[in-house]
Amino acid sequence: MNFLALLFRNRLAAMGAVVLSLILALVLITPLLPLVDPDVIDTGNRFKRPFTEGALLGTDHLGRDLLSRLLWGTRLSLAVGFAAAVIAAVIGSAVGIVAGYFGGRVDNVIMRVIDMLMAFPYILLALAIVAALGPGLINALIAVAAVNIPFFARNIRGIAVGLAGREFIDAARLAGMGHMRIMLTELLPNVLPVIIIAMSTTVGWMILETAGLSFLGLGSQPPQADLGSMLGEARAALITAPHTSIVPGVMIFLIVMSINLLGDGVRDALDPRLKSGALSRPMARTKVDRKGPIPAGSDALMDIRELETQFHVKKRVYKAVGGVTLSVRPGECLGVIGESGSGKSVTALSVMGLVASPPGVVTGGAVRLNGEDLLDMPFEKLRQARGDKVAYIFQDPLSTLHPLYKVGDQLVEAIRSHHNVSNREARKKALSLLKDVRIPNAESRLDNYPHEMSGGMRQRVSIAMSLANDPEVIIADEPTTALDVTVQAQILALLDDLRRSRGLAIIFITHDFGVVAQLCDRVAVMYAGRIVEEGPTQEVLDAPAHPYTKRLIACVPELGQGRRELAAIPGLPPVVDNLPEGCAFAPRCDKARDECRMGDVALRGGAPRAGAPRAVRCLFPEEEIA
Amino acid sequence: MTLALKLTDLSKTFPLPKTLFGPEKPGVRAVRPLSLDVQQGETLGIVGESGCGKSTLARMLVGLLEPTTGTIEIEGKAPDTGNPAEFGKLIQYVFQDPISSLNPRKTIRQIMESPLKRLYGMGRRDRAQRIADIFDSVNLREEFLDRYPHEFSGGQAQRIGIARALAAAPRIIILDEPVSALDVSVQAQVLNLLARLRAEFNLTYLFISHDLAVVEAVSDRIVVLYFGAVVEVGKAEEIFANPKHPYTHLLASSAPVVGRPLTAPEQKGTELPDPLNPPPGCAFAGRCPRASDICHRQDPPLERMGDDQFAACHHPL
Repeated sequence: MNFLALLFRNRLAAMGAVVLSLILALVLITPLLPLVDPDVIDTGNRFKRPFTEGALLGTDHLGRDLLSRLLWGTRLSLAVGFAAAVIAAVIGSAVGIVAGYFGGRVDNVIMRVIDMLMAFPYILLALAIVAALGPGLINALIAVAAVNIPFFARNIRGIAVGLAGREFIDAARLAGMGHMRIMLTELLPNVLPVIIIAMSTTVGWMILETAGLSFLGLGSQPPQADLGSMLGEARAALITAPHTSIVPGVMIFLIVMSINLLGDGVRDALDPRLKSGALSRPMARTKVDRKGPIPAGSDALMDIRELETQFHVKKRVYKAVGGVTLSVRPGECLGVIGESGSGKSVTALSVMGLVASPPGVVTGGAVRLNGEDLLDMPFEKLRQARGDKVAYIFQDPLSTLHPLYKVGDQLVEAIRSHHNVSNREARKKALSLLKDVRIPNAESRLDNYPHEMSGGMRQRVSIAMSLANDPEVIIADEPTTALDVTVQAQILALLDDLRRSRGLAIIFITHDFGVVAQLCDRVAVMYAGRIVEEGPTQEVLDAPAHPYTKRLIACVPELGQGRRELAAIPGLPPVVDNLPEGCAFAPRCDKARDECRMGDVALRGGAPRAGAPRAVRCLFPEEEIA
Repeated sequence: MTLALKLTDLSKTFPLPKTLFGPEKPGVRAVRPLSLDVQQGETLGIVGESGCGKSTLARMLVGLLEPTTGTIEIEGKAPDTGNPAEFGKLIQYVFQDPISSLNPRKTIRQIMESPLKRLYGMGRRDRAQRIADIFDSVNLREEFLDRYPHEFSGGQAQRIGIARALAAAPRIIILDEPVSALDVSVQAQVLNLLARLRAEFNLTYLFISHDLAVVEAVSDRIVVLYFGAVVEVGKAEEIFANPKHPYTHLLASSAPVVGRPLTAPEQKGTELPDPLNPPPGCAFAGRCPRASDICHRQDPPLERMGDDQFAACHHPL
């Protein structure tokens, strides 16, 4: 959506924009209006009330026309406020970009100076600057700008530090760009939205500050009018002639309010998170809106039937999961394999209603745990089941563990949120869990923060946490992808042990055939949101029936085959908001015929159980399945 | 054969922040003094686990980091270390994350043009011609040039990253985990493209990866790094089949392989040595089943073991 449409969706921002543009239009045409000279003194007509003849808004203590002074004063105040904002933004952003880009000592020195500036209350600092430079509107402008430089510098530095470490900056240096050019052409365009946001939220404030200095007599000097000095001069007659204060007061209120409302709108519209819908807080569970009949269950421990999950983003519908049927029994490990975008993670998250809603919606199917439909379950019961009956292990333990709490406390919290036990008992259990996942020196590790542990140790803690309440099913979403191979081997061995000793059912999501082959009894291969093949791991790997499975396996380089040309699958997986008719793999498949591109291809074969027949979604499979 | 790259005693130590009181700390030795020759046209694989100094080494080689000691020679020339612009014409870098290595606010054309402008001062027409040639080589359509990076899939973005590296006409390209962010079906496309480009432009590759199977499939020789030091160097087809160093053996037996039963090759929860407090002697001794007294006292030197294989071990396999 374009910027303006996004901006005016916010009613208050639109109102601010209207008021502000009216004021701006008025002050721009002020020199053309038939107004009296604002500085002509006519003491005989002092304190005339508003709406009297010849003076629409009345006159002040020297008989000067208030309407004329108001318009000219507003013109001056706005000009000074905007000028101060631009100066502060330019200097502050330059300082912030330099500090953030160079880092180290440069950053340290600059930021300490900025800290010193910030240590003074702003009005004191502004007063000190004006006192040093002498009163006058330009000096007030300099003071207001100087006082606001730290705000910009700190904001921009924070963004620039993050950007300076990004790879595209390194790439620019390798392309032969100098520091100055990198800051101007690589960093600046990326921080510009932040500068604009910071400006739009501070212009109003700076207009107020200038008015404040003028009110104290340090800004515009008589007889020149600006909003602050008008208020200051009217102060003496506040009771006898209140209109002289009210007129400039209302104008200040209108300006600052409209700028702030508009500024907030600009901030929200430019925030990249808003575009992806992040400002709308997701619901506590995924929205369920099942159209068709609810399929019957089976006796499996966890039974996913014809699950359909979609993402509704504006008018587009992304069919992330398009009718997936999976089941696991106690002690069984089911592998779900697929490339990015195949819907494997969304399937996993749909089980316990963890897909962010909006935009996610479960539009069909059923997920049963011990025969109970999880999609139907009251929220409180589902919340109790999360972590207690079904636990998750995610890819990146650093982002799933809370960085500010000790791992021991996080384990204790996980235990006590489901079981009414004392802190001491929970801690004892936490210790034994850490020992179960074979963390050396478990006692001392309880008091570690997540950043004090290595990636492998952190992943062990997440596994310990998932085991905390003796769940029946563990859903592991790429748990070893971020780990080194030697650590991965340890974690896989640990998971295998646990499922054998505790009778856990594991749904293991991965993209790695080697991992599936070593750990899983059965495997389901997903492509474009659907299962294309399922069966016992060994059989599927030895004799893949779906062309996609066969060619995907051929793509994976295996250790011990030496240097060679690798097999590749040309093309890209389809985007799930625009799936081709018929088989989703047909455009990349060299066996595809016309039939493949028409009508739905069904998953053929018996309902797969361990040792039972395999299933494949292909009209011309590589292997005939029983 | 001429040498494309010669490293002599290259090392990097990151200083630790000084505390107000207390003695000065020795700093973290990310890369220990390391010497290496790379032949022209060769693909040298560099493997090792996280924290072994792979990326620090790579960043030194392209001048993004200044080495603490040692020299880098590229085809007999020694560019000013720590000046990426001077390195740019000789050696280029392909980054791990294809999307984040492209500036999101620039069009692909602007991204492609900057090395041509800054390093070679080419005119507009020459640039357009050169970009067209390169895009043709990496199988990208020219209409992509006016789009922004977020419009591309990972595989396409990585090809753009490779095209940018090629634009500088370097002699050596450092590939830092170039396919680890890609799906397997796309990974093979990119690896095959790299192999073709190497022959076409007579390039030398340094291929950094944690995936042993990928490294083995693309490399002539492989260097195994552990804790900032080379523990083994050898021919790609030999080194994992007949490892001499126990660490190489551990790596090779940890990789999950279809048809191999699941066994933890290493028992208990061993951890990498602490870089702030490095152990004396061989850094691997604490995890090594063959470690003896001498391993804990003396750092083993890199010695020839077999035809083209070198390992740093007191008790080789």
